[in-house]
Amino acid sequence: MGDGMAGAEPMTGSIVRISGPTVVAQGLDGVALNEVVRVGHDGLLGEVIRIRGGQATLQVYEETAGLMLGEPVEATGEPLGVELGPGLLGQVVDGIERPLEALAARSGDFIVRGVVHPALDRQRRWRFVPRVDPGDQLEGGAVVGVVQETASVVHRILVPPGMSGRVRQVTPGEATVTDPIVVFEDGRTLSMLQRWPVRQRRPFLRRLTPERPFLTGQRVLDVFFPIAAGGTAIIPGGFGTGKTVLEQTLAKFAAADVIVYVGCGERGNEMTDVLAEFPRLKDPRTGAPLMDRTVLVVNTSNMPVAAREASIYTGITLAEYFRDMSYQVALMVDSTSRWAEALREISARLSEMPGEEGYPTYLATRLGQFYERGGRVVPLSGDGEGAVTVTGAVSPPGGDFSEPVTQASLRVAGALWALTTDLAHRRHFPAIDWTQSFTLYADRLAAWFEREVSEEWAALRQEAMRLLERERELQEIVQLVGLEAVQDQERIVLEAARLLREGFLRQNAFHDVDAACLPAKALAMLRTILHFARRAAASIEAGAPLRAILAAGLDERLLRLGEVPAERMDAAGAALVAEIDDTLARVKGH
Amino acid sequence: MELVTRLARSATAIAGPLLFVEGVRAARLGEMVWIRLGASQRRRGQVIELSETHAVIQVLEDTQGIRPARAEVAFTGRVATLPVARQMLGRTFNGIGEPLDGLPPVIPEAVLSITGSAINIVRRERPSEFIETGVSAIDGLNTLVRGQKLPIFSGAGLPAHALAAQIVRAARVRTGEPFAVVFAAIGIPFREADYYLHAFEGSGAQERTVVFLNLADDPTIERLMTPRCALTTAEFLAFTHGMHVLVVLTDMTNYCEALREVALAREEIPGRRGYPGYMYTDLASLYERAGRIRGRAGSVTQLPILSMPDDDITHPIPDLTGYITEGQIVLSRALEQKRLFPPIDVLPSLSRLMNLGIGAERTREDHRAVADQLYACYARGRDVRRMVAIVGEAGLGDEERAFLAFADRFETEFIAQGDERRSIEETLAIGWRLLGAFPSEALTRIGRALIERYRPQGDNDGTGALHADGAARHPGAPAGGAEGGRAAPKQA
Ligand SMILES: Nc1ncnc2c1ncn2[C@@H]1O[C@H](COP(=O)(O)OP(=O)(O)O)[C@@H](O)[C@H]1O
Ligand SMILES: [Mg+2]
Repeated sequence: MGDGMAGAEPMTGSIVRISGPTVVAQGLDGVALNEVVRVGHDGLLGEVIRIRGGQATLQVYEETAGLMLGEPVEATGEPLGVELGPGLLGQVVDGIERPLEALAARSGDFIVRGVVHPALDRQRRWRFVPRVDPGDQLEGGAVVGVVQETASVVHRILVPPGMSGRVRQVTPGEATVTDPIVVFEDGRTLSMLQRWPVRQRRPFLRRLTPERPFLTGQRVLDVFFPIAAGGTAIIPGGFGTGKTVLEQTLAKFAAADVIVYVGCGERGNEMTDVLAEFPRLKDPRTGAPLMDRTVLVVNTSNMPVAAREASIYTGITLAEYFRDMSYQVALMVDSTSRWAEALREISARLSEMPGEEGYPTYLATRLGQFYERGGRVVPLSGDGEGAVTVTGAVSPPGGDFSEPVTQASLRVAGALWALTTDLAHRRHFPAIDWTQSFTLYADRLAAWFEREVSEEWAALRQEAMRLLERERELQEIVQLVGLEAVQDQERIVLEAARLLREGFLRQNAFHDVDAACLPAKALAMLRTILHFARRAAASIEAGAPLRAILAAGLDERLLRLGEVPAERMDAAGAALVAEIDDTLARVKGH
Repeated sequence: MELVTRLARSATAIAGPLLFVEGVRAARLGEMVWIRLGASQRRRGQVIELSETHAVIQVLEDTQGIRPARAEVAFTGRVATLPVARQMLGRTFNGIGEPLDGLPPVIPEAVLSITGSAINIVRRERPSEFIETGVSAIDGLNTLVRGQKLPIFSGAGLPAHALAAQIVRAARVRTGEPFAVVFAAIGIPFREADYYLHAFEGSGAQERTVVFLNLADDPTIERLMTPRCALTTAEFLAFTHGMHVLVVLTDMTNYCEALREVALAREEIPGRRGYPGYMYTDLASLYERAGRIRGRAGSVTQLPILSMPDDDITHPIPDLTGYITEGQIVLSRALEQKRLFPPIDVLPSLSRLMNLGIGAERTREDHRAVADQLYACYARGRDVRRMVAIVGEAGLGDEERAFLAFADRFETEFIAQGDERRSIEETLAIGWRLLGAFPSEALTRIGRALIERYRPQGDNDGTGALHADGAARHPGAPAGGAEGGRAAPKQA
């Protein structure tokens, strides 16, 4: 909050060096690291990233072409921060939280420089319903009241962390974000708007062990590589392997109260897609438009690189803020590699000692700090719990996972959802490689799945994994000797594994029904496919000809199970199981 | 135009394409300068770094023979701009936008910074209008839409030029809407540029075309400006004059080489394979200049062409391009060696905007499903082909043989089409014909209803237990891009 600085003279320096997005200024004595500055006559936004020998190095969040030596630089006295309060949901902001709709209204179809606009609408009025009374003693994080921000989300107005006091007066009813809604006995006031520096994590009471799953709606993830609410997963994959589609699918179907989606250094049209679709699509849990629970932070590849660096911090700060209201929040970052490259570019301009592939040596530390801001916690309010689940896409050069960003991310992530070019080229989506991917949460989550879905969960999952493993061994043999040389017992294993891959692991993000799958449906599908695997193997054992089993046409039914609506799945699964038994019994008779 | 404001005679050093000038204070980042060498010669440069001690100037033309002590640097006071006008149609310019056709300079309707600005994403319109290129591998499987950026990944000697020319010819035909081509030659040989110019002429597109030429023997660093001039012109024609503009940029590999040259001269820490760490951002500042804007009639569609060094798709140039563009059309040497044209390898090819441009209202309702099924079958056929290279055909079962035969026919009948132009209906018909090799139940990527409606009568030879499913092999299984040395297609 700027209060403490109010009244201080703005400090002014001047530019002595310009190199791309990096500018050096002198005369800014007393400026703080990470303080926001306005650069040049156009007042471009920037941040202090180094102070040395009377000179401050700035990263500028806007295009620097046209700047001249000697132009003024003004310090603002505030660290890079975001505005928090009602009006965030449904918004699209850039990497430093400038609202893009408002910028377009002011300056048209293209983004121009030097425009500042507050993230939250100052005119809009919200109906504030207090939850506190005069005389109440409040601490930081306490809920003073609520605003129905969108159809699906109630915005809880929090006392900013670090503030406390006894309430003298509360004003219910219509208010703008800057109107005072609470007056403390010592005369300080509280409005619905608060600020928070993005590079600092928001405090909470304590961390909780992740033990509930973050349900994604993707079978291969929920069944084989589930993560916990408050957990982290990374999604590395070469171009075209499906990172963006997967992140967007998660944003659509994952079980979360609030979604913060950071488009970090990627395509403009992809974000336009989200903007076109999310207001039309319904939140599977509330029926309200998806956009009602979503905040988009967008800094596309052609927007200034320094703001791209800031964008992931803007995103996670917004996510933490909703977490502090005791919400389940999911944060998607597409792509963390573009953030790392921005970091590298700025580091290079500072002539820092480069580490591997030119990335700064602190890359891993920064990534670690970022992912650690995820988690499941008891917020300061002490009310229930909130969580920030983070899924970060990684774009390894050449699709080679040995590169520094993937490796550094692997050290901090709780799960690896590895996408491969080979599967993507075959249009097997999501192209998640089941041999490389892993999750560290599986054991802790097993109890939940057994309790909430079915006690067969672990056993079926195991059996399916074994089937895929067996397929891999057989594939290697087939590659060497040809399929004709393989016994029928083995060929039926290959066939069952194919059904598992094609009918279960594969999931069509663009099919109305198949796009999202609840665990109960996933389990029913798995049960049916594995039933076929077992029964068909037994038939072969009993002397049934492979050809007859394959010709029975069961595979087509099994492959289309994903298209069966969830509510009809149990019945459809049971019917198919009966049909499998029936058909195979007849085949045996041949 | 050139208000020469300040002069400096304090150049002290030259390194590759860079000139260092001391004690310049009143210069702007990105400002254009003239470097005068004696009475008659001058070369162009641009300020790329400024500090109290010196300014760094990137010289766009040859630096040979420049003696810093004699050079006089004139600062123009403006960043790189281009005068633009509708009149540019039919004209030819050099790599920095000066007339090359002997005609007078255009009378500008506007003078624009060639850097451009990012389109605010809330004002972008989703590209969704199908462009019928007449090429089955593109229309059927990797559909191009207006406002898309779809590069061709080529290799030395592969016929990207012929494919691009064919697309340009086809793209202009469809409707009576205003259409233009902006062609930027970036460091390509005259022979190749000439091929394009003739192709445009032959198709009557010449008077609808703006040409920027930086040929192989033109200054290298100038190449950094050429695509920017082209895109500035394209945006102007599209968003001010409402035209549908197709921009052909070739060869982006030469552009990247120029970028690397400057980075090396600046002694920057190189990224992968010596290319600068900011190459992704730099390329994005070009490729993202495609699209549509809400409420404006025109569109900018980009068709960049690049050569994959060593045919390596993981090389930073194709790799970073693929990370930015909305898909890629990948040419294959193996298909070229089979003399198939266009030699498009559809497996690594992709159009990310395809779904928006196809379907019942745009192409046909069975389009997506047919494409998926063809992909699946072809991928499986290619697996079998790899296997044959190891175990020979004798080890194959009926199922494998069917896929093998399918892959061969798919290449010779669907992919290959010479210079024939196919409508989307013809393309889909060929697809269905080839899928006729499999029984209906095996076409699991196509819904029942579609099969009934579109599958030609008399298909399904009843070969029994075939699975037309591309059965993704286990990712851990031995792979390899090579086509197992099959030199010629199997005779069907
Ligand atoms: N789950 C999916 N279902 C169907 N198609 C998919 C799926 N995931 C990806 N695709 C296809 O792959 C293309 C590339 O996916 P995208 O997410 O953009 O890749 P990346 O972000 O890794 O470059 C998409 O345009 C789409 O055609
Ligand atoms: Mg992506």
